[in-house]
Amino acid sequence: MDNLQTLKQAFTTALGIDAAAVTDELTYNTIPEWDSTAHMILVAELENVFDVMLDTDDIIDMSSVAQAKLILQKYHVSFG
Amino acid sequence: MTTQSLSGRSPQEHYETLYSALLEADMYNIAQADKEALLLPLFKLLHDWHLTRSVHYHRLFGHTESPEEALAELPYLAVRLFKQLALKSISEDQLFRVLQSSGTTAQVPARVFLDKDTSARQSKALVRIMQHFIGKQRLPMLIIDSPAVMDKSEFSARAAGIQGMAFFGRKPVYALNNDMSLNEEAICAFAKQHNNTPVLLFGFTFMVWLHFVKALQRRNLKIALPKGVLVHSGGWKKLSEQQVDNSTFKQTLKSLCGLSHIYNFYGMAEQVGSVFVECEAGHLHAPLLADIVIRDPISLAPLPIGKVGLIQVLSVIPTSYPGHSILTEDKGQVLGVDDCSCGRKGQYFAVLGRLPKTEIRGCSDTGDKA
Ligand SMILES: [Zn+2]
Repeated sequence: MDNLQTLKQAFTTALGIDAAAVTDELTYNTIPEWDSTAHMILVAELENVFDVMLDTDDIIDMSSVAQAKLILQKYHVSFG
Repeated sequence: MTTQSLSGRSPQEHYETLYSALLEADMYNIAQADKEALLLPLFKLLHDWHLTRSVHYHRLFGHTESPEEALAELPYLAVRLFKQLALKSISEDQLFRVLQSSGTTAQVPARVFLDKDTSARQSKALVRIMQHFIGKQRLPMLIIDSPAVMDKSEFSARAAGIQGMAFFGRKPVYALNNDMSLNEEAICAFAKQHNNTPVLLFGFTFMVWLHFVKALQRRNLKIALPKGVLVHSGGWKKLSEQQVDNSTFKQTLKSLCGLSHIYNFYGMAEQVGSVFVECEAGHLHAPLLADIVIRDPISLAPLPIGKVGLIQVLSVIPTSYPGHSILTEDKGQVLGVDDCSCGRKGQYFAVLGRLPKTEIRGCSDTGDKA
């Protein structure tokens, strides 16, 4: 699985949504499934699958799928 | 005064620009005079904003000029109005969540109406302020509460506090069971796993004392978290019969859990995110995003350094409800400005309990029941 697929899978698993819903534009708190509680589950999932440690700035800034990619790139996770 | 004239931006854009700049600045490194100069335009914008959006705010302060020179000129809402009125500056479709402060069961809860923007600002502000004390990293976290607090259908101030601090945590563990008894198994496993690494503990002051400290003592249990940081909030008023003060609290937690890094913060459920953290010298500090004014309980005139009066809290965070300036029912005194031994700039102060109910003479307390 490439990193993009892994990312989509992490969102799907953590938020309990369809893979098709995981687009760059998907934004925190705009769907009931991505609330602040789910956000912490998502963060744990991303840390787990990409083997990274996100700090408080990262998780506060991670307000969309596009942002998540940018933040993960800081930790050398590349999305092609 | 027109905010529109400033490079043609809307008041909202102007507010966002000024607010973002503040959030990026050092929370404790700006001297009081410079800080007030930065805050004044934001509070003017907020005052005008809420005048045009909140019926109640307009009715109370429609004839009050926006502040021109000092933050103390800003009008303030008595905190009890949050129990009596639906204070909103948003339409129904913008409503994201209603925060309810618990209080006692006999009381009407205070209601705070949040949209997404204000809610996001609250989380970010709390993170920026707390980072200053506990760092940016996230730590294994022991929450001194029961998991049931998060399940309630209404969003309580306790849940909001836990959720805010959870940004600093990893793999949160709840220290209490749903019946508020000590989850000894969970606590011991947590302590065993992290006995020599940094961890974060968070809870409300009375929960930490009544349901954690007291329960550990009853069971003759000690746990070792020498690298732990405890953050707690909520005040001492529920502990007044217990004769617990800040130093007893700290000493007891040191001897029971080996904790030597303990941070207390003062904050209102009506101004979530805007918190006043106690420094190493034991003083509460106003961060850049917030400030306080001490007022005479009778005349309500601002009081100078050292005088004890009612605490008015100011916060640049709320746009969805008119809660940027609130007169609390807490007594306090400003201890100094820009010269705390910890090095932080701005005002530092002490909270000295609550004013007895009968002494509170609420200004602007004439609202209709909503
Ligand atoms: Zn200090």
